[in-house]
Amino acid sequence: MSLEARVELILGQLHLDVDLAVASGELVVLLGPNGAGKTTLLRALAGLVPLDRGRVVLDGRVLEDAEGGEWVATEHRPIGFVFQDYLLFPHLSALENVAFGLRARGLTKVEARRRAAAWLERVGLAAHAASRPRALSGGQAQRVALARAMAGDPRLLLLDEPLAALDAATRAEVRRDLRRHLASFDGTRLLVTHDPLEAIALADRLVVLEEGKVTQTGTPAEVSEHPRSRYVAELVGINLYRGQADGRSVRLVGGGTVVAADINHGEVFAAVHPHAVALHRRVPEGTPRNVWAGTADAVEVVGDRVRVQVTGPVPIVAEVTPAAAAELRLGDGGQVWVSVKATEVTVYPA
Amino acid sequence: MTAGVRQRRAGGGSRIPALLLVPATLALGFLAVPLAGLLARTPWGSLGAELATPRVLEALRLSLVCSVGAVGVSLLLGVPLAFLLARVEFPGRNLVRALTTLSMVLPPVVGGVALLLAFGRRGLVGRWLDEAFGITLPFTTTGAILAEAFVAMPFLVISTEAGLRAMDRRYEDAAATLGAGRWTILRRVTLPLIAPSLGAGVALCWARALGEFGATITFAGNLPGVTQTMPLAVYIALETDLQAAIALSLVLLVVSLAVLVALRDRWFPTA
Repeated sequence: MSLEARVELILGQLHLDVDLAVASGELVVLLGPNGAGKTTLLRALAGLVPLDRGRVVLDGRVLEDAEGGEWVATEHRPIGFVFQDYLLFPHLSALENVAFGLRARGLTKVEARRRAAAWLERVGLAAHAASRPRALSGGQAQRVALARAMAGDPRLLLLDEPLAALDAATRAEVRRDLRRHLASFDGTRLLVTHDPLEAIALADRLVVLEEGKVTQTGTPAEVSEHPRSRYVAELVGINLYRGQADGRSVRLVGGGTVVAADINHGEVFAAVHPHAVALHRRVPEGTPRNVWAGTADAVEVVGDRVRVQVTGPVPIVAEVTPAAAAELRLGDGGQVWVSVKATEVTVYPA
Repeated sequence: MTAGVRQRRAGGGSRIPALLLVPATLALGFLAVPLAGLLARTPWGSLGAELATPRVLEALRLSLVCSVGAVGVSLLLGVPLAFLLARVEFPGRNLVRALTTLSMVLPPVVGGVALLLAFGRRGLVGRWLDEAFGITLPFTTTGAILAEAFVAMPFLVISTEAGLRAMDRRYEDAAATLGAGRWTILRRVTLPLIAPSLGAGVALCWARALGEFGATITFAGNLPGVTQTMPLAVYIALETDLQAAIALSLVLLVVSLAVLVALRDRWFPTA
């Protein structure tokens, strides 16, 4: 059981061109900045936005084939959709919301309500069955939305930023619950988010979407260790460069050269973690192969570390302890020397 | 300095020239005195008796029948029109919208004349109705219903269209993902969500239909028991039976107030 989709469409400024396959049992998280097209992609899979070109096939059944002219209307697709702001029907109680899809699909009122009550029990909201959505907290509304989407036993579950509307405190707890409920779902699941924490916590596989195109896909570990775009690098907090490798030396696109420990050839990414960057006020002597002068530009306290942005031939972010930052008076800016060991430069093919 | 202190006490910080109070009070009087006059001249003692005379009862009954009929016609035709205007993009949509609201602005008697030319015995459509089905509309109760619907329907259309536009259409998307077909969505999601706008539109439509005079008397005439609705009865009664006229006017006034009170939250929301 799985989803195979090739989605090409233009909506306003967005040019969406995505090839996506999700195996059942695999929770795929679509990660990307706002405006990347994540919501549009989900809506296209749900049949709310028509494809210009492409195909959507779910469990071997063609839901849409733009070239072939086939199209299954949204209401006939076996899907469940959890919207970003839940969209619980305000004029119906929680129970009636969850029962809505069941009644729409032909169940009697009594039977639908019985099943809906069971679902509310499952998400721990049996006590709020008669409440209107406006009386529910964010976390409760999210669970009702999830129950409503899952109650109809869909084959494809689509979740659009399910935690975005929650405050940070509620989010962690709801994320754990969500993980549990999603784990027990036996169809295909696709979740969309712009929050890297959520992505890494929930994903079996990450698909990174930027400006309508997939820039990277892999397990969370793969993606964070080998970012292939500025966006991911910034999310993960790694210094990322593109360049041409010639043996151990990499000539960077923006100018400058770094030396790595491994041998590579051709177009590559070079990644350096900020905590591997050392800063000095005088020219350092020693083993590091990568040494250059720059200017300490911006200093930011992040948790119990200090991040220093260094501009220069090779712009880089260094992470140091507050004590070190104080000692070197990095807050004053000025010239600094950067040193990075070759062994700390990770190079991989672009 | 003394003048400044005086002004601060009086105005209470509103910074409006005190002299504005004069025309403001005049305006209030202008609007309130006629209503007060009506209430003052009402024969409170014999009100029940006045309202029970056959002629008055007939006018009341007719007004009710015609106004409810007009609301019925407006719902049947106007709500679909509102959907068309709110949801479907078609060339000339703005023109159509202007057309539907035309009869709101048109002098009612002109509306009546237009109805005669269209649905009268020798009218555009009326001629065919007469020849093919033997149906005549002018000077009939049905004609009165049509005249009232003509002037009142735009209120319903506009209010409903506004409600449709204001509504978050993603609720309909959500319903579709849950397996609801178009009629189910209309019935269980869209109409409940626009119910307040629809209700307000119905209230306005009904009030307008109830009070209609010009189009009714021109198209349907002033036949007691057939087309003499309350406003028409008031007009006639002014000459012969002032007490009856006042009694009927009071009923209409109370109805207007009731509509106002019912819609107060929409028009005068308390902050």
